[in-house]
Amino acid sequence: MEAWSQFVQLLFSGLTVGSIYALVALGFVITYSVTGILNLAQGDFAMLGALFCVTLVNNGVPFVLAIGLSIVAVMAIGALFERLAIQPARRSPVAVLIIITIGASFVFRGIALLVWGTNPYALRPFTGHGALEVFGAVIQWQSVWAIIISLASFAALHLFFHRTYIGKAVAACVINPFAARLMGIDIRKMSLGAIAASAGLGALAGIVIAPISGASYDMGMMIGLKAFIAAVVGGLTNAPAAIAGAFLVGLLESFAEGYLSSGYKEAISFGLLLLVLFFMPNGLFAKMTGKRV
Amino acid sequence: MEHGQRMTGGRKRWLWLAGAAVWLGLPWLVFGNNYVLSTLVLIGLYALVGTGMTLLMGYAGQISLGQAAFYGMGAYTSAYLTAHAGWPAWLALVAGAALAALVALVVGIPVFRLREHYLALATLGFGVIMFTFFKEWKGITGGLNGFFGIPPIRIAGIPLQSDFQFYYLVSSFVLAGGWFARNVVRSRVGRALRAIHGSEVAASSLGVNITKYKLQIFMLSAVYASVAGSLYAHYVTFINPDLFGIIPSIYFLIMVIIGGTASVWGGLVGAAVYVCLGEWLKAVVPLLLPNAGGEFEIVFFGLLLVIMLIYMPNGLTGVAPKGLRRFWKTSWRQSERATAVDSHKARSIGGEQG
Repeated sequence: MEAWSQFVQLLFSGLTVGSIYALVALGFVITYSVTGILNLAQGDFAMLGALFCVTLVNNGVPFVLAIGLSIVAVMAIGALFERLAIQPARRSPVAVLIIITIGASFVFRGIALLVWGTNPYALRPFTGHGALEVFGAVIQWQSVWAIIISLASFAALHLFFHRTYIGKAVAACVINPFAARLMGIDIRKMSLGAIAASAGLGALAGIVIAPISGASYDMGMMIGLKAFIAAVVGGLTNAPAAIAGAFLVGLLESFAEGYLSSGYKEAISFGLLLLVLFFMPNGLFAKMTGKRV
Repeated sequence: MEHGQRMTGGRKRWLWLAGAAVWLGLPWLVFGNNYVLSTLVLIGLYALVGTGMTLLMGYAGQISLGQAAFYGMGAYTSAYLTAHAGWPAWLALVAGAALAALVALVVGIPVFRLREHYLALATLGFGVIMFTFFKEWKGITGGLNGFFGIPPIRIAGIPLQSDFQFYYLVSSFVLAGGWFARNVVRSRVGRALRAIHGSEVAASSLGVNITKYKLQIFMLSAVYASVAGSLYAHYVTFINPDLFGIIPSIYFLIMVIIGGTASVWGGLVGAAVYVCLGEWLKAVVPLLLPNAGGEFEIVFFGLLLVIMLIYMPNGLTGVAPKGLRRFWKTSWRQSERATAVDSHKARSIGGEQG
């Protein structure tokens, strides 16, 4: 029974972390699909969202409003980043663009450090500190929230891409940007929108995880890197596969932490990254979807 | 490269001699000021790493986001072999370099089949994995607490402990490293690398063994980093894993970009600018922003990196000569194709991966 409750506990913590990685990974896939850029600053949007939200809540702003405002603020930062750093360099080689996003990530980290300092902040859980008991395992309500919110976001995005005009325009840019432009779709606006949307998703991820793991200026890098692993495992341009990849990374890490050693969990997820890169560069799920983009 | 060959041999020799004279005379010019000397030593150590990375990035056109792993490998090998196994420091330094070269070979074989995004991610992943080992392999590395009491390096039985002595040691390594890199670049290997950089397909159709050359240069860059790491370990006598993580790898990258990958001396220029700017910021920023924490330079270096890449992609050594502009402009052909349409880089690369 002891072993079973530990298993459930690890399963839930893996799903929680996985849902966070999935939100960030989804933003990454959207950015990559529309602009062809591997945005290494993606995780920092989560960090900014979490820290904004903590500050607003601590200053008496109602919780839901604080979440909304933080997401909007981070989306604005994402848009600014696109205009100031990505647009001027969009004709540069891929490697240059990657390094530019690293530079941007450093700027975000640094600014957060100047504004919020090095201490981690705590955000209160969405619905009290209560916990759920399942098979002897103690599961925080916040974990349930994390999973629900990410699933709801995926559903909303799915509807957006398949049911709305703008969503279809974005999808058109992904499939064939040249043709999309001929049809009168403004690709530069799409690029701006894609990065802003990714920033918003990242911010949401950061806000959801903040009550569980705290918010600090340097939380972005690891979340971002894990999200990339998830996206690469999923094949970079395939959103459902990236989500699956994110849960895989989350569960792998959680079980590695529980059954092996917490110190090696990073090595395990990056080991997975290397294996996938070497042996299946189109991602683990390339065959499953039957489509190579 | 080209501009260098246009210079007459005599003028070049004078330039070299003058440079060497300044380098050798520097410790006296700074009146034995230990702060300045230790800064110079640091520049020299970073310059060594940077020279290796310049070869890799500028000449072979390959990106590495995990170079600090090799730096750490040298440092830990030296630390362990001298402190625990009683080896002489020189032998430990060579052992570290050999280990780094071996690891670069083993890691490089699969890694260099990848390109661009994938290559960047793979080298980053390698960096994180090595960092985990430095952190977790406590019996060898001392874990997060670090590794204390690394014995000094000795020349003819005399331990090198002062900044003054270390300046000469490190500077001779930098000069030798720069000279060697310059010869590599001008040799058959260098020409092959530039061919690879220009077009991998064209190079291979001319009979250039692309994988072999990329691997060799990766191993060489690992040796540069490892030697610098060994020297660092013997210089400060204390190391910890944070010195060899992803952030230091990115700092090395920033140095190389600032200096420019166009010349083998880009690493030295970049290291000098990076260290001096860092020291200057440490002195100035607290006056302007009294509440700033310890890492405020990262904002500045992040901005500098972005601005350099957008407006001065060839770095400081690449501003003038035209031939050197080749690195960023023609290395990645896919991206050129993509200039016609703003966004479609993703799929053209993804397609070629399969």
